[in-house]
Amino acid sequence: MAGKVLVVTSGKGGVGKTTTTANLGTGLALLGRRVCLVDADIGLRNLDVVMGLENRIVYDLVDVIEGQCKLRNALIKDKRVENLFLLPAAQTREKDAVTPAQMKELCDTLKQEFDYVLVDSPAGIEHGFRNAIAGADDALIVTTPEVSAVRDADRIIGMLEAHEIRSPKLIVNRIRPDMVKRGDMMDIDDVIEILAIQLIGVVPDDQEVIVATNKGEPVIFDRRTRSGQAYYNIVRRLEGEDVPFMQIGPDGFVERLRRLLSRDVRRRA
Amino acid sequence: MRDFFGRLFSREEGSKKAAKDRLRLVLVHDRTSLSPHLLDTLKEDLIQTISKYLEIDTEGLEVNIDQEEETMALVASIPIRSVRRGVVAKANS
Repeated sequence: MAGKVLVVTSGKGGVGKTTTTANLGTGLALLGRRVCLVDADIGLRNLDVVMGLENRIVYDLVDVIEGQCKLRNALIKDKRVENLFLLPAAQTREKDAVTPAQMKELCDTLKQEFDYVLVDSPAGIEHGFRNAIAGADDALIVTTPEVSAVRDADRIIGMLEAHEIRSPKLIVNRIRPDMVKRGDMMDIDDVIEILAIQLIGVVPDDQEVIVATNKGEPVIFDRRTRSGQAYYNIVRRLEGEDVPFMQIGPDGFVERLRRLLSRDVRRRA
Repeated sequence: MRDFFGRLFSREEGSKKAAKDRLRLVLVHDRTSLSPHLLDTLKEDLIQTISKYLEIDTEGLEVNIDQEEETMALVASIPIRSVRRGVVAKANS
């Protein structure tokens, strides 16, 4: 049976598309799924460093499309998880080196081999975006609770609709419980009310994401982190499980204590 | 003093309300951004349809999108010259 191609997109840059792609892909592979991550941001390769695989790249997406190498020679095997592969973006090429028809063909080939193909879309609504969505069966839209990010997400939802992707799922990233509590940040309900699409995940703002990215290992490996747990919940929802949404409230005393202790354990380990 | 207690106890809305209101407004505009070309085509179609029933002054016809706060409306002002007799007779029979 053929797998599923999911595009991770947002419109606005810097809201966490690449981090989301890396974590969801890793999580799905940890559950035993065969996963291929595709970096569609040609010219601005990034998924490789977030995954910690930057030293292993030989060929890239454009090489495959131009027939310079076989697809399986360009796929980089993850160093930690079985069944997880990355097809890196070209770094030295123009973004119009690939056409939507070629991307679709590539995705169609990949989903014969993999359960999930996650395509990391570049920011914007131009050529690179059209390439990224060309072969997608469904879309994950990443936004943050800010005016500009939500506005761009709305725009993207409209464009996906025109492309027959009619039920994209929403991930609200970097929500800050303290700011929501004092009324200085839109909460999940506000964002859902405005965008009117199905929510699949809420990821709290978490410094651990930056720590994890510094080391080149997705934060989902550490499920004691709030963001790691949030990504893991999304993975389970993608797999059809009914997982309740995390309570986004400021930490109580017990929660703070628990985190402090678990961090201490981690340091010693 | 009253203001102070008001602020202390009533948990006034922060900047989130402004974010939401501004977003709503800008999205109404984004979502219905009709191009001038589209508006012209709409006008032509309107003239054709209405002319079946009424004789209208096509020169004086005006079609616009009006935006007020959170709602939008298509506002058309169509001066009528006369009602076509045949149409009224047909509709009544």
